[in-house]
Amino acid sequence: MSKRKKILSLFLAFLKIGAFTFGGGYAMIALLEAEFVTKRGWLDKDEFLNIVAIAESTPGPIAINAATYIGYKNAGVLGSVAATVGVVLPSFVIIYVISLFFDAFLSLAYVAYAFRGIQVCVVWLILSAGLKMLKGLEKTPLNVCVLALSVLFMLITSLFAVRFSTVLFILFCGCIGLAVYLLGLLRGGKGAGK
Amino acid sequence: MILLELFFTFLKIGALSFGGGMGMISLIREEVLGHGWMTEADLLNMIAVAESTPGPIAVNIATFIGADEGGIAGAALATLGVVLPSFVIILVIAALVKNLLKYEGVKAFLGGVRPCVIGLILAVAATLGLGTLLGIGKIGDALTVDWRGIAIFAAVAVSAAVLKKIRKKPVSPIVMILISAVLGMILYPIGV
Repeated sequence: MSKRKKILSLFLAFLKIGAFTFGGGYAMIALLEAEFVTKRGWLDKDEFLNIVAIAESTPGPIAINAATYIGYKNAGVLGSVAATVGVVLPSFVIIYVISLFFDAFLSLAYVAYAFRGIQVCVVWLILSAGLKMLKGLEKTPLNVCVLALSVLFMLITSLFAVRFSTVLFILFCGCIGLAVYLLGLLRGGKGAGK
Repeated sequence: MILLELFFTFLKIGALSFGGGMGMISLIREEVLGHGWMTEADLLNMIAVAESTPGPIAVNIATFIGADEGGIAGAALATLGVVLPSFVIILVIAALVKNLLKYEGVKAFLGGVRPCVIGLILAVAATLGLGTLLGIGKIGDALTVDWRGIAIFAAVAVSAAVLKKIRKKPVSPIVMILISAVLGMILYPIGV
């Protein structure tokens, strides 16, 4: 396949992924695997698992991470741009159009009632996403302490309307993880830092 | 200037949204409430729209807020901002440091970030729940219980559990959103 054609097919493949995956995140992993490992053979299974691991530990939506990586592997920087633009474009167009009509839509009485119900549902969705992640978390002393600290931080800053940057707090927790690891290294001496 | 503000706000959110879609809710909430771009109810509506349309939630939310605050240019810049950090980080990993995750230091840092993000999500859910169902936005607010909201919350939680049992797989958020919309239309018009 010529490079130009490859870039175009990357763009179209990710356009399809962007247009048809609802819910994002993990629903997307299965779809990506079917499309790029099984159907197109652009990646082998190990490489795919590697991407998932990278996507999970780097910031940003997994769809974007996967698009950038697969695009780069198959057609260089241009390929990664084409794939990333492809995966973002459907969302962008759909949401932009919705945003134009949303306020007018919400001013209908029954739509407003429906959305009061939906707001409650979103609280539940966020809660259940958090609980699901909590279930997958190893309950080590470090994890439990950081978790408790984060819950307290967030509740106190919002309930007492204190302003403190969440961004700094996330970085601070990363540094706690790093510090605990380094302390373990120091205490355990060379090679014992498990 | 609003366009630059949108771009840099979402750049920051994109750079630190570990843990997928919901992982960024705490950051987004802080930014949109802090800038006065939205109320908490608007935020919940927007998350519902983002969940029921295709594509990554982060992108949907960025586009929506961008469009609301700065029209099409705002939407484009906010979306670019939220995507750019992922794009650059992955490109660097793909091109240069293939085994970034093998470095113990990186793992240790992420090991601290992961429980933090989970804690933030749970606390945001609690805060939003207090605000939506009990009318408590901050300490000192009077308690105004939304019984219909509490009934909808219970109904959603129960039907999600039941549907999951029957279908043996997690229920799509869209189904839950539709159920709650119907319940809202039935319960809220009833005068109390």
